[in-house]
Amino acid sequence: MSIKNLFKTKKLKSTVALALIIGITAGSMTACGNSSADEKTSANSSGKITITNVSYDPTRELYQKYNEAFVKYYKEKNNQEIEVVQSHGGSGSQARSVIEGSDADVVTLALAHDITLVEQAGLIDEGWINEFDGDSSPYTSTIVFLVRKGNPKNIKDWDDLIKDGVEIINPDPKSSGGACWNFLAAWQYALNNNNNDEAKAKEFVTKLYANVTVMDSGARGATTTFVENGQGDVLIAWENEAINSVKEYPGEYELVTPSISILAQPSVAIVDANAKKNGTQDAAKQYLEYLYSDEAQKIIGENGYRPSNQEILKTFSDTFDLNVELVTINDFGGWDAAYDKFFNDGAIFDEIYNG
Amino acid sequence: MADTKRIKHAKQVRVIPGFGLTLGITIAMLSLLIIIPLASVLLYSFQLNPSEFWKLITAQNVINAFKASIICALIAALINSVFGLILAWVLVKYEFPGKRLLDGLIELPFALPTAVAGITLSKMYSNTGFPGSFFSSIGIDISYTHIGIVIALIFIGIPFTVRAVQPVLEKLDGQYEEAAYILGASRTKTFFKVIFPELFPSLLTGFGLALARGIGEYGSVIYISGNSAKNGTQVVSYVIMQKLERMDYASATAIALVLLIISFLLLFAVNIIQIRRSRRISVR
Repeated sequence: MSIKNLFKTKKLKSTVALALIIGITAGSMTACGNSSADEKTSANSSGKITITNVSYDPTRELYQKYNEAFVKYYKEKNNQEIEVVQSHGGSGSQARSVIEGSDADVVTLALAHDITLVEQAGLIDEGWINEFDGDSSPYTSTIVFLVRKGNPKNIKDWDDLIKDGVEIINPDPKSSGGACWNFLAAWQYALNNNNNDEAKAKEFVTKLYANVTVMDSGARGATTTFVENGQGDVLIAWENEAINSVKEYPGEYELVTPSISILAQPSVAIVDANAKKNGTQDAAKQYLEYLYSDEAQKIIGENGYRPSNQEILKTFSDTFDLNVELVTINDFGGWDAAYDKFFNDGAIFDEIYNG
Repeated sequence: MADTKRIKHAKQVRVIPGFGLTLGITIAMLSLLIIIPLASVLLYSFQLNPSEFWKLITAQNVINAFKASIICALIAALINSVFGLILAWVLVKYEFPGKRLLDGLIELPFALPTAVAGITLSKMYSNTGFPGSFFSSIGIDISYTHIGIVIALIFIGIPFTVRAVQPVLEKLDGQYEEAAYILGASRTKTFFKVIFPELFPSLLTGFGLALARGIGEYGSVIYISGNSAKNGTQVVSYVIMQKLERMDYASATAIALVLLIISFLLLFAVNIIQIRRSRRISVR
C-alpha cells in the first residue's frame, strides 16, 4: 500500500523536493566550511600567521618545546606573531590525512617514504629532500632495546634476542612504518655476522620474530604493552621513546644500545601546494630552517633525538651511545626497494613470520 | 485479525500527511550516510581484477582473520545473549537499591572510546593485572589470545542485548506467568514454554546487533588481541588497517566488501529465523 502512495505523483514530487532541499542544505554547509577557510586567510592579513605542522606520534613533546622557541624567534626576526598548530598520529596515517586534504603547511614525518607519498599526490614539489641539510633530516634516531632493571636476561646485542625463553615486544612492520626499522636493523646485524649470507639472515629474523610474544599495531602500543602491562623481557624501540621511558620511570628500565643499528632519518618538508594556498611559504621555510639552529638542536637533543649538528651531538654523548655502527636505508636501496623486498604481501617478512 | 487490519488501514489514511516528508528525509539520509558510502566501497574494490581479488581474499592471513573475527564475534554474541537476558531480567523483575545506577551503567560501554576500553581490558586481563594474574596462575592466558578478543567483544556488545530484551520483558503480561503457574507448570517449564518464546525475537535482535558490531570492531580489540598472524589473533579490521597503512585502498575495500557480505548474510539469517519464529507464534 505504501508503495502505491509513493507512486502518486504528488507524493513523489514532495519527496523529490525534500531531497533537493536536503541537498541544498548540505551544499550550503560545505560552503560554510569554505568560508571559514577564507576567514583564516583574512585573519592572516590582519596580524597573526598560523601554520600547521603535521607530525607523527613521539614528536609531540619535542615540537611543543620547539614551537615555543620558534614563536619567540619569529617575532623578534620578523616582528610578526605566529602560531603553530600541531597534529600527531601514526606517520603513515598522518601522510594519508594530508593527501586526503588536511591543511598542513609543513610535514615532519617518521620516514622519507611517507613524505614521498605526499609528493606523489602532487602536494610537495620534487626535490624536497635536498631543500634542507642532511637529506632534510634535522634530527635522527635509531633502534635500541629497552630492558627491565638489572637486565635479568642479560641482553647486550641482537643475538641475545634469539635465545630460548626471551620474550620480545615488537610492533608489527605490516601495520606500522616505524616497526620496519626494527626489522631492518636486525637483518643488517645478521648479514654482518654471517658474511652477508641472506639464508642465514632469514633464519636469524625467523628466530627473532618467533620470540615476539605481543605484536602491537604501532610503537606507542608496544610501549604500553611493555611498560604498563608488564609484558616481555625486552622492547625493541626508538631511542627517543626508550629514553623517555627511562626518564619517566626512574630505576625501572635500562637502555641497551646494540652493536649495529639503523640510522632513522625522520624527514621534514614544506607542503608546497598548501603553503602557497595559505600564503605561508616563507613562514613554513623559516620554521623548518630554524630546526637546524643551535638552540633548536639543543632542544632536539634534550628530547631524546640525535641532533644532526655533529658538534652539538657530541655534547650529548652521555645520552647517546655514539659508538654504535649505523646503517642507513640507502644501504637497502631506499624505501621502495626495502618494501618490495621485505614488507609487501608475500615478501620476506610474510615468509619468515607466517610461513 | 480482520479487525486489526481495518484499524491499521484507517490509521494509515489519517497519518498520511507526514508520509512524503518523512520518506523524503529517510531516503535522503539513507543515501547520503549509508548507500553512497557503501557503493563507493564496492566501486573501490572493483579496481582489482577477479584473480587478484580471489588471491587476496584466500591469502592465509586474511582467511585466519575472517575466522578469528567471525568465531569470536559469534561466541561473544552468544555469551551476551545469555548474560544480557539475565541482566535485563534482574533490572525488570526485581527491586533493589542501586537499580537505577546499574541501569545507567549498561550503556557506558557505548560512551567510552573503544581504544580506552581496549587498553584497560588488556592491562586488567594480562598476566600482571587483576583478574588476569589469577587466571594465568591456573593456566588461562586471556590478554593476547582469542579469549581476550571475546572479552573485548562482550564488553562492547552487552548493551545491545540488554536494551533489546528489557522493553519486551517490561511489557510482558504477568498474567501469562500466573496462568501457567496456576495450570500447574513448573518454574522451568513456565520460563521455557511461556516467557522465553515471547522474548526470543528480541533476544535474536540483540544477538544480531552484538554480532554485527563485534565482527567489524577495531579499537577495543587490537590492544588485547596481540595481533599475532601466527596465533591467528589478527581480526579482519586489523588486516584492513594494515592495507590502509600501505595506501592499498583497493585491497582494504575488497576485504571490507567481503566482510560486509558475510555480515549481511549472518544478519539476514537472524532475520529469517526471527520471521519464521514469529509466524509460528501467531499461527499458534
